[in-house]
Amino acid sequence: MGGGECEAQVRHNNMDSVTEKVVAGDIRTVARLIRDIDDGMPEVRECLKALYPHTGKAYVIGITGAPGVGKSTLVDQMIGHLRKKEKTVGVLAVDPTSPFTGGAILGDRVRMQRHSMDQGVFIRSLATRGHFGGLTQSTRSAIDVLDAMGKDYIIVETVGVGQDEVDVVRTTHTTVIVVIPGMGDDIQAIKAGILEVGDIFVINKADREGTDKTLSDLRLMINMDQRKYEEGRWKPPILKAEAVFDNGVVEILDEIEKHGKYLMEATGGLPFRRRKEKVREELAEMVKNRLIQGAFEELLKTGEFEEAVNSIVNGETDPYTACDNLILPKLGFSNG
Amino acid sequence: MVAKPGLDGHDRGARIIARAYRDAGFEVVYTGLHQTPEEIVEAAIQEDVDMIGLSSLAGAHNYLFPRTVELLRERGADDIVVCGGGIIPDDDITGLKKAGIAEIFTPGTALDDIVKWVEVNVKPR
Repeated sequence: MGGGECEAQVRHNNMDSVTEKVVAGDIRTVARLIRDIDDGMPEVRECLKALYPHTGKAYVIGITGAPGVGKSTLVDQMIGHLRKKEKTVGVLAVDPTSPFTGGAILGDRVRMQRHSMDQGVFIRSLATRGHFGGLTQSTRSAIDVLDAMGKDYIIVETVGVGQDEVDVVRTTHTTVIVVIPGMGDDIQAIKAGILEVGDIFVINKADREGTDKTLSDLRLMINMDQRKYEEGRWKPPILKAEAVFDNGVVEILDEIEKHGKYLMEATGGLPFRRRKEKVREELAEMVKNRLIQGAFEELLKTGEFEEAVNSIVNGETDPYTACDNLILPKLGFSNG
Repeated sequence: MVAKPGLDGHDRGARIIARAYRDAGFEVVYTGLHQTPEEIVEAAIQEDVDMIGLSSLAGAHNYLFPRTVELLRERGADDIVVCGGGIIPDDDITGLKKAGIAEIFTPGTALDDIVKWVEVNVKPR
């Protein structure tokens, strides 16, 4: 590393550098770069460094909610409306990896396939995987790539369960939380996590019974959040929609735009990701990930980790002691 | 990627195949029904997949399968392996293979055998 040359395993880069091709919007280069990011190839770091100056222009929208609430359908309709306004769109659709086999079925494309021939739309499926760099890190890097390739809007769709997913949507400008009527208990279950990060709430499938109940439940929960009462703060609107019929989708986009304006005013016009608190958050996470990844891989490579596992299994030691033994010498080294 | 080209509306087989790959540890992008070869190729390129599995039950495989391979070639993406499955008469298989379809799986093939074939014959690009 350190050569500053972006040499990821991207194919078809015989003439120009990967960076130039990404910025020029070359789909194959972008697709391969995102794969390399997802595979955690160290070479991509040079690419991302080179791409960074080209980022910061796209507006990033996070869409999250339980499985089956209609996120992909909503995204599909949003793409349609944004394309009518001649805006280009990148989509990152995250689906869960099976914890047992490591495999995944990535089916979000099904609802969006009508846009696949549209050169102004790039759709990419990602599996959560559970690797060390973290979903947040790789998704954020993929957002950077789509941003650098010049997409006006980037929509990140995730299933709204688990800390990883919450973190992913926190990296976006506007987070849209999708629920359906009759999910009262589910809203209760997720309120501590995902509800707090919602900028806009959508009750999809609003032709169904229980819409008004869900609406008042949500309203109550939002009103209970005292911070939202503060003067000048964004108060999350609750919208009804029937995404499959394209009802209420324009209104969602209008609210997203309003929220975007609010963000710009609140930050004095500074791009969202360049705000000090965001930069601090991102950098802290990146440093932590790299430290943990590096140290842990080392332990795996030397066999120390497996040795420790065996000695616990054999009853020679306990996990707490084993953990101390693995980590403390390392810390000693790094302190010189 | 598991894809359903053409007009037939039965994707149970394709879904079962997708599930079998998932259970074998693959990441499977599923495109849904009624896809044109153009849409499939575009999706495969955006997703940067290693292999496309096409499913056809309605008899149009002699057009749809070779057309997919041809489009991949045009896009310089013919390193993506294409396989087919479904109701494919034995007489058609030779022609399809000649057109660049790597393998055809007909009804009765064990899921394990299909997965094994992919593990042996498809390498990450």
